[in-house]
Amino acid sequence: MESIFKGLSRRDFLKYCASIAAMLGLSEIYIPQIAAALEEATKGKPPVIWMQGQSCAGCTISFINSREPTPPELVLDILSVRFHPNVMAAAGDVALSAIETTMKKAKDKYVYIFEGALPTAEEGRFCEIGETSAVDWVKKVAKDAHAVIAVGTCASFGGIPGANQAVTGATGVEDVLGTPVVKIPGCPAHPDWVVGTVVKLLLFGKDAVLAGLDKYGRPKEFYGTLIHDNCPRRHWFEAGKFVEDFNDPEQANYCLLLKGCKGPFTYADCPKRKWNSGTNFCIDANAPCQGCTQPEFYAKFSPLYEKLPEIGIPGIAGYEVSADTVAKVLGIVTAAGIGLHLVGQIATGRLGKGGPPERGEE
Amino acid sequence: MAQKITIDPITRIEGHLKIEVEVEDGKVKEAYSTAAMARGFEQLLIGKDPRDAQIVTQRICGVCPASHGLAAAQNLDKAFEAKVPDNARIIRNLIVGSNYVMSHILHFYHLAALDYLDVMAIAKYTGKDPRLLAVKDKIVGLVEAEDTYPLTPRYDPDEFSVDDPEIVTTAVAHYLEALEKRKKAQEMLTIFGGKMPCYCTLVPGGVTIHPTPDMIAAFKYHLMDLIDFVNNVYLADVLAFGTGPLLPIHQLKVGAGVGNFLSFGMFDLGVSGDYKNRFLKSGVIMDGKLEEVGEFDPTKIEEAVKYSWYTEDCGGLHPTEGKTEYDLDKEGAYSFAKAPRYDGKPVEVNTLARMLITQDKGFMDLVNKIGAHPSAVARHAARAWECKMVAEAMLDWLDELVDNLKAGNTDICDDKPVPEKGKGIGMVEAPRGCLLHCVQIEGKKIKRYQVIAATNWNVCPRDDKGQRGPIEEALVGTPVPDPNNPINVVRVVRSFDP
Repeated sequence: MESIFKGLSRRDFLKYCASIAAMLGLSEIYIPQIAAALEEATKGKPPVIWMQGQSCAGCTISFINSREPTPPELVLDILSVRFHPNVMAAAGDVALSAIETTMKKAKDKYVYIFEGALPTAEEGRFCEIGETSAVDWVKKVAKDAHAVIAVGTCASFGGIPGANQAVTGATGVEDVLGTPVVKIPGCPAHPDWVVGTVVKLLLFGKDAVLAGLDKYGRPKEFYGTLIHDNCPRRHWFEAGKFVEDFNDPEQANYCLLLKGCKGPFTYADCPKRKWNSGTNFCIDANAPCQGCTQPEFYAKFSPLYEKLPEIGIPGIAGYEVSADTVAKVLGIVTAAGIGLHLVGQIATGRLGKGGPPERGEE
Repeated sequence: MAQKITIDPITRIEGHLKIEVEVEDGKVKEAYSTAAMARGFEQLLIGKDPRDAQIVTQRICGVCPASHGLAAAQNLDKAFEAKVPDNARIIRNLIVGSNYVMSHILHFYHLAALDYLDVMAIAKYTGKDPRLLAVKDKIVGLVEAEDTYPLTPRYDPDEFSVDDPEIVTTAVAHYLEALEKRKKAQEMLTIFGGKMPCYCTLVPGGVTIHPTPDMIAAFKYHLMDLIDFVNNVYLADVLAFGTGPLLPIHQLKVGAGVGNFLSFGMFDLGVSGDYKNRFLKSGVIMDGKLEEVGEFDPTKIEEAVKYSWYTEDCGGLHPTEGKTEYDLDKEGAYSFAKAPRYDGKPVEVNTLARMLITQDKGFMDLVNKIGAHPSAVARHAARAWECKMVAEAMLDWLDELVDNLKAGNTDICDDKPVPEKGKGIGMVEAPRGCLLHCVQIEGKKIKRYQVIAATNWNVCPRDDKGQRGPIEEALVGTPVPDPNNPINVVRVVRSFDP
């Protein structure tokens, strides 16, 4: 069988399918199936309309940081990118005509990807494309789409522009459409999350994608675990060792909770996947997780470098315990100079809430 | 009678831009530039913790978050009265330098080149180079499948388009290679930056990351590869195009502009934030006198709003006193960009400004060779030359970092608490020009935050005196022989890397 991935040898193609399998958390035994399905699915490349609202284009830049498939494979071999403000050759009316043509000729077949928030105040005048508001574009183009994917935290939940909701009315795509959309939050979205979701859509269909979303509309493959649970510094959290001064080399690998780390509140697979072809990620770079994949980002997670007192820690304790409580207890224990490690264990629920553990358990 | 042409959206830029031109006798007679989107970063930061600013403002631009983060951090360094350690100054230079390399490669190949290449000429390639034949196969495959998106639709090729099959096929091969190289530049950045776009290791007073020998080695490994690409592919392509097929556009002075240039200077060599001691120099050039570089005076910056969707009392202010309140129904207004002015005049900011002000000998020789005047083509040449300069300088900065560490200087951050009160201003150069952030802190919260983004200087509308913005001015006189094919208009606009 000849690979339809032009310029890609059969061996490279299978390697690529293996990376897709890994990305989707599937066993290697699925590689031949993925290869067959992918070749079938991309015989006619799926049309994509990618538009931007109140965006910084960061999700697009992140998308073309994709390791596998490479950006040229994505844009030329796998997808038929009918409209994209940063990559298409056309401009002006010529560019907009590509949207109209796709909507007519590929009705119910095109994937509609939206990046950026939607300003709903002042009749949408805070963002216009071709003298039509982004809000009106979304309503119009989503109607005949096969699937709508909100890429990035802005399109998913309003993101940073959403922190100015009172003025521009910035909100996510779902709010405007009133129907559920697939959300790939992140500021920006990781290229694997976007590519993986699109590939899953091609391989297994829309229903499979919708069935695999969490309560915020995010694919569980990528957003199924807390940063905190896979954190490479988790042992320091449990040992009660915290970064308090970035300058101190002794503290360089300690837990970043007191520096405002939102890892205990944030669902994403960054610790395992990392960023930029696996080069690094925030916590490995001694910087606190900003919680950029959560609906709370940015306004409710501010101040970014302060522990959050008012938000409970979901998941890590089996019961809600506020970060403030954790930090307070930790603070007291620090003052008292006894094993912080215990407090970490209380906070994580390993020892339950039944009072202080026996000394022997330390 | 003049014919009005509206181009909206201007694609292959960051953000939303509409350009309207009036064409008469085959030339642009009048031009209007409209920034068509606002998010209100300045309002949303009011009342927030000042330490958030260098993270939040990176999201103003996903192409140049590195520069926004740095402008915000330098602004906060001052407000916090923090003394940034040398290691942090160097690491910040390496991070932003990496993004310069990424941004310039991206701009030339992926944002601008399609304006000059007749991609479909590839089908006529008859050479034997296997790499070019693979490119030919790819493009011919798209044509046969009747699906040539996103390369079509497009404006028609014109007299300035390059249609030599060998040259075009090589250029497209480089376009594809450049996608990988720009990605590599981002990976290089993240060794110290943690993640891109939007890095996370920047804080007031310094950085969070402690440099180690393996990080430095990895950075250098990436950098050597990129220097090779920048010198032997990117710069070589720009020189070949600029002195060959694109020389006629340069000689016609298409996209010349206002003739005033401003640079804040970039890449701190001594004390962090000191714009008078930088690798790329600060300075001003006024009234087209390219040989006279004057000293930059930050007090001469002001923002006009007569034609912008802001209330009148937002106008005429220095950014340290600046205000941002919308008035979408304002009569005559046509842009979300304010109109920043230096000494009352519109100024062009970008790489061409920096290169003319820095007066690097290599660049000046190049300029003299093709004709010493600004143009759309000159902007591309400046960018390629600067990319080489910055990439090579990073090797020196790495050595400096190693020397520091060897000497036992391990400090990376003057990690200070938020002050009760404070004021700061950060002035740096984004790849696309002068970038200013300023903050006022009261009660440990942000009371005022103002930004003049690089693109603002260039895409701005007219000011109170009716003076056009730099892009508007650069468009006047641009040849548009066919009103249905305003390809020269987008060439000029994109040459600013807006």
